[in-house]
Amino acid sequence: MATPKKKSASTTKKATAKITDFAAAPINKSLSKEEKIDLYRTIIGIRRFEERSLRAYNQGKIGGFLHLYIGQEAVASGIVSLMEENDHIITAYRDHGHALAVGMSMNECMAEMFGKHTGCSKGKGGSMHFFAPDKNYWGGHGIVAGQTPLGAGLAFALKYKGLKGCAIAFLGDGAVNQGSFMETLNLVSLWGIPVVFVIENNGYSMGTSLKRSSAKENLAHRADGFDMAWEVCNGHDVFEVREVANRAMKRAREEHKPFLLEIQTYRYRGHSVADANHEKYRTKEEIEEYKRTKDPVNVIKQQLLDDGTLTEALAKKIDQEKKDEAEASAKFAEESPYAPRSEIQTDVYWEVDNDTDNKLKGTYFFND
Amino acid sequence: MALITYREAIKQALDEEIQRDENVCIMGEEVAQYNGAYKVTEGLWEKHGDKRVIDTPISEAAFSGLAIGASMLGVRPVIEMMFMSFSYVAIDQLFNNASFCRYMSGGLMNVPIVVRGPANGGTNVGATHSHTPENMVANHPGLKVVCPSNAYDAKGLMKAAIRDNDPVFVMENTLLYGEKWEVPEEEYIVELGVANILKEGTDMTIISHGRCAMLSLQAAKTLEEKHGISVEVVDLRSIRPLDEETILNSVKKTGRALLVEENKPYCGVDAQISHIIQLKAFDYLDGPIHRVSAIDAPQIYAKPLEDWQIPNEERIITGALKCLS
Ligand SMILES: Cc1ncc(C[n+]2csc(CCOP(=O)(O)OP(=O)(O)O)c2C)c(N)n1
Ligand SMILES: [Mg+2]
Repeated sequence: MATPKKKSASTTKKATAKITDFAAAPINKSLSKEEKIDLYRTIIGIRRFEERSLRAYNQGKIGGFLHLYIGQEAVASGIVSLMEENDHIITAYRDHGHALAVGMSMNECMAEMFGKHTGCSKGKGGSMHFFAPDKNYWGGHGIVAGQTPLGAGLAFALKYKGLKGCAIAFLGDGAVNQGSFMETLNLVSLWGIPVVFVIENNGYSMGTSLKRSSAKENLAHRADGFDMAWEVCNGHDVFEVREVANRAMKRAREEHKPFLLEIQTYRYRGHSVADANHEKYRTKEEIEEYKRTKDPVNVIKQQLLDDGTLTEALAKKIDQEKKDEAEASAKFAEESPYAPRSEIQTDVYWEVDNDTDNKLKGTYFFND
Repeated sequence: MALITYREAIKQALDEEIQRDENVCIMGEEVAQYNGAYKVTEGLWEKHGDKRVIDTPISEAAFSGLAIGASMLGVRPVIEMMFMSFSYVAIDQLFNNASFCRYMSGGLMNVPIVVRGPANGGTNVGATHSHTPENMVANHPGLKVVCPSNAYDAKGLMKAAIRDNDPVFVMENTLLYGEKWEVPEEEYIVELGVANILKEGTDMTIISHGRCAMLSLQAAKTLEEKHGISVEVVDLRSIRPLDEETILNSVKKTGRALLVEENKPYCGVDAQISHIIQLKAFDYLDGPIHRVSAIDAPQIYAKPLEDWQIPNEERIITGALKCLS
């Protein structure tokens, strides 16, 4: 892990007063007790859900890939908590945390991973492809950086329609080296698109450390080349995430200006569960050190205990509720049916799905 | 002969070619220090070092184009697509530059690169990771494409591809990586453009490629045992160039053809094969040509449904019986 650097481009310097106690920043101070508890609930909910999904994967109930968000929970939770009515988000394949943070249910998410008909995508998308347009959540995308121009498009649409809002597109530290992302950076700055790109820098893209994949370790700095504002912050403290992201999102909404935000975070597990050798490209100590000093669940819990929002008993109760909810979701997924075979060919074309009076011309599907 | 995996066979081909020709190098995501996402290149970096086995950032368009450029000056890069599905972000480099540079220069240059990686479904990873683009590659004159169905072919075709002076795609299959076949200890090559008759038969011909050829072989055995039908199985091995002669000879002999592939049916490889058969062996056909392809929809995630979506033994047998009726 690179040591977090706090730097900001000249364009944002004025807004960046040096704050160390992020909980005291206005955006956090204004939170009610219940809202703070909700943040804790979201963060620990993601953790417990994923731990349960890992068990299901190891039992062979979930197949394919399982990219766990464990260690990064405060990033999605913090940013989603700032979303206003017209804000939209989109992310890559490490998408469970964002899904739960926007309010998708554990049941539909777990069932999707089990491939069941009751899943959020009817078992058609899997772990990497969760969607909830009704909650302004546009996925869940499997191709590295493929979601970044889509995020720009969501923001373009907001501006086009005259809506006050912003889009947040999450990507990884490895994804910054895709051409589509770099093309998008130029476009959004050139056109004044209200999008915030959030690089969740967990230090690795699969088995490749940041040092070995990017020529310059400060990734957000690339925004300078496009005359775009940027900032780097830590991702383990949800209040820091909120404080910094709030400025970026506000600026996007109010000034139609894009922003590149790099958030230093860490994943505890392998790239996917199949990456069993992740201790070959990083040390056990590195993982343990992060867990010990920066675990997002512990950090918020301690903060809320310290300021009197939480008691040990309440924290424990919430934790247990989330464990129970995760357990129940696994049961729900297990007991749900798969879609019938006929479902393989539905949801391909809107026109076909909605051709209730058989008016469509031409052949759409071609099996013998 | 040694019994080795498909994965090991490819690795041996890469290893031997790196040693044979100092211009051969391997490039791709996680191919060096991580030993490859599917461990195809395991040990090669340790053995041959940074110059010959090179880790790249997640920049398929850049390293594909770079490989093409380097090949113009005599380097012979083998680039790994972690999944062939990811080559889609590099399509301009591969389908415009690799395929047409020679043509547009009036033959002044050639592009001796190999693009290799798994191109298959059946792994429960959803639509974006399950493409079988051999038909798209074959649709671009200037490109070549092979789909080895077993370890012997994988090694022999890989070596041929590396020595070939044109861009060659080698479509591998993650479901085959761990499967074992007999492979000779001594050096051999499997030439491009030569199909393989996996099994002789007289009642009908199944033409297939990649893992589907192995499924077809299995289905053919079942058809013989349970239904008394003698099936000939032709494994194309190479999609472009294509061994028309073997296809036509077999169909002329049996009078019936079932085409089996994992491609989606529309504009799949077998659409072209079907055309060739009707054009050049029309009078020999005793019935229409039938096809078994992936069910025509994006790849579904749910495992039991995906296993039905791509060809399986049951669907091939049903197709064969229809073809004979
Ligand atoms: C275009 C493309 N190339 C390669 C991959 C395979 N792949 C999936 S995730 C990944 C690493 C991405 O790392 P990063 O962007 O840092 O995100 P993280 O996994 O750390 O969240 C790779 C190489 C892919 N999905 N798409
Ligand atoms: Mg990363």
